[in-house]
Amino acid sequence: MWSITSTVLALVLFATYLGIGALAHGTHFSLGWVLASTLFVWAGPAQIILISTLGSGATVAQAAIAVTVSAIRLFPMVVAVLPMLRTPTTKRRHLVLATHFIAVTLWVECFRLLPHVPRERRIVFTHGLGTGLVSLCLVAITVGYGLAANLPQLFAAAILLLTPLAFLLSTARNCRQLSDILALVLGLALFPLAAMLHTGVDILISGVSAGTIAYGVHWWRRRA
Amino acid sequence: MSDFIGDWNALLVLMIAGFLPNESWRMLGLWLGGGIDEGSELLVWVRAVATAILAGVIAQILVSPPGALASVPGWLRYAAVAAGFAAFIAMRRSIFAGVACGELLMLAGKWWLG
Repeated sequence: MWSITSTVLALVLFATYLGIGALAHGTHFSLGWVLASTLFVWAGPAQIILISTLGSGATVAQAAIAVTVSAIRLFPMVVAVLPMLRTPTTKRRHLVLATHFIAVTLWVECFRLLPHVPRERRIVFTHGLGTGLVSLCLVAITVGYGLAANLPQLFAAAILLLTPLAFLLSTARNCRQLSDILALVLGLALFPLAAMLHTGVDILISGVSAGTIAYGVHWWRRRA
Repeated sequence: MSDFIGDWNALLVLMIAGFLPNESWRMLGLWLGGGIDEGSELLVWVRAVATAILAGVIAQILVSPPGALASVPGWLRYAAVAAGFAAFIAMRRSIFAGVACGELLMLAGKWWLG
């Protein structure tokens, strides 16, 4: 059963990176550049924000701020995943490559798969999983980039819609507690409100407030 | 080779605006996360904030869509995602069913609009 769900997640990731390849073509980035962005950035939403802000004429500083804000969510993911990889003898430098691979898909997969992997093999397992996922995405980008050059607008739109659908559903499937579900729902609902403020850090405002409200409800229910 | 990568300036922009922001948060997590316990209350909050920020990115793509997706009317984008979510729940949390249903609704709607 694991292999089946794994295949679906890999398909979803493939679809997301098809979309990123198509987006990069549409905004006149070179294929090599978008492949390099996958190797170095390795975070779908950050890559989408980087490509769409730079592509729409934003300055490097504006793009960097938007990406920095979107990347904050990597911090809690790393903090949540690393304790699962550590053994009493693990040094910090052993975790650098595994840390680089941590992004939403690996985060989801680690919570699902690592409990079944013996603790002393988890770092190696994560390196293998990460390398496999990155390779898959490099292929997807190349295909998406090629398709975008030849597809009519309707299908190009369909490829771009894959990104929000795939992210929404894979996050929803990973919700384990009431606080996770509330954070997802409130995060969706509060963004349009925060966007009306036009601060440039709208995602940060809606994310921190929605997440904190969700946590508050969780805390209050535990006390009651 | 220079056609493949583009100019070196573009690669420098990628490092400054793409690689550094992401990698610094990851390495900060590696640096500061050591003392935090797996089941701690702080992590529940931190995970809730991470989930809500990702939800914000999803909402942003739907509210102000990139490229060809902007040619699809707003109501159709929201309806497609809502239908995808409904299928996901109905098919016992199947991501595949959700994605397929959302995509089909969007394609059908766009085709019907002409």
